[in-house]
Amino acid sequence: MSESNAPAISNPVEYIQHHLTNWSVGVEHGEQVKIVDFSVFHVDVFLFSALLAGLFAFFAWKVGKNLSPDKPVGAQNVAETVVEFVNQQVKDIFPSADRLIGPLAITIFVWVLLMNSMDFLPADLLPAIAGGIGSLFGADPHHVYLKVVPTTNLDTTFALALSVFALIIFYNIKHKGLVGYIKQFLFHPFGPYLMPVNIIMTAIEEVAKPVSLGLRLFGNMFAGELLFLLIALLAFSVWAMPAQIALGSLWAIFHMLVVPLQAFIFMLLTIVYLGLASQNDEHH
Amino acid sequence: MNVTATLIGQMIVFSILVWFVKGVLWEPMLKVLEDRKVRIADGLAAAEKGKHEEELARKHALDELKKAKAEAAEIVSQAQKRASEIVDEAKNAAVEEAGRVKVAAQADIEQEVSRARETLRTQVSALAVAGAEKILGKEIDAAAHAKALDELAAQI
Repeated sequence: MSESNAPAISNPVEYIQHHLTNWSVGVEHGEQVKIVDFSVFHVDVFLFSALLAGLFAFFAWKVGKNLSPDKPVGAQNVAETVVEFVNQQVKDIFPSADRLIGPLAITIFVWVLLMNSMDFLPADLLPAIAGGIGSLFGADPHHVYLKVVPTTNLDTTFALALSVFALIIFYNIKHKGLVGYIKQFLFHPFGPYLMPVNIIMTAIEEVAKPVSLGLRLFGNMFAGELLFLLIALLAFSVWAMPAQIALGSLWAIFHMLVVPLQAFIFMLLTIVYLGLASQNDEHH
Repeated sequence: MNVTATLIGQMIVFSILVWFVKGVLWEPMLKVLEDRKVRIADGLAAAEKGKHEEELARKHALDELKKAKAEAAEIVSQAQKRASEIVDEAKNAAVEEAGRVKVAAQADIEQEVSRARETLRTQVSALAVAGAEKILGKEIDAAAHAKALDELAAQI
């Protein structure tokens, strides 16, 4: 999120922790959530990602309904540019024709781009509004948490990464057959004499794909978010305001590069991984 | 920084979104783009063909024009020839006609002359008789001097 013009912040640690805590169901206030805990549900992450998904779906429906074959205007032009861009990537990388890969790639690209773009909203804007609404209902505004960037959350990035991982396995089996896929684990990369090593190596190789996908996006977005929060901390006095504005603008401009780049990388690696999974030759 | 039940929700949203975008935007749009590509290619081919045909038509028109010009020139020269022929014919006819008119006129004139002469002759003889009567103071018997009068008249 970009810098905010919040009043002087009395407790920086509390400020940042407040901003990094999710609006959650299934967890007591102040309780630490375990690294994997399926009894907890982050309402804000789901809410914003679903809203953005809805926005994209609405846009897609609106454009798709009024497709004009000869006179592309307005939104259709934008959509055509994105579709052709993604389709070109798919054609360049993916070895065979496939009906799912294109929609998958464009959904990842646009959805991740939209979720990352939430970072450009002022850091305190939505949390402050949420706090205000919360206090209307009698809640302590300091206990109303809201994290507006869904991709600064491991749930979102790993939801995408694990979906891609499932598709990698599916495409491997579809194109190589179950036997071919198991053979790949047994005989690559060192041939049949180092079978145990092969299994470990290939397993690591395969598992590294979703892990790197999920962690890369999460890391980039989380770091960007954290830096915006640190810049927002500069609002401790009026004299630091120019520095806050300069740094905030600078980081926002740089972040404008990072946001689409991360969306693009996620899409591109998805196509590459699924392309590798659908290569049918025995010696790769 | 943890993985929670949200993950499941996100996966469901993601799957629905992919399915929705596929049906609503991706496939219809690719079809439109493909159709457009085909139509543009067709259009360009048609334009190329049209240009070629236009070239042919222009050449054809030029040939026709040249032919027509030659024909027109021929017609004009024929017409000129014919015109001069007509003029000649007319001239000849006129000359002929003029000759005929002249001959007829001459004949008329001769006839008039001889008629006048005849009249004159008769009147001369009467005049001579009248003159002689004045001179001689007595009547002359015309019959008796007919011979002499005729001779006189013939001399006029």
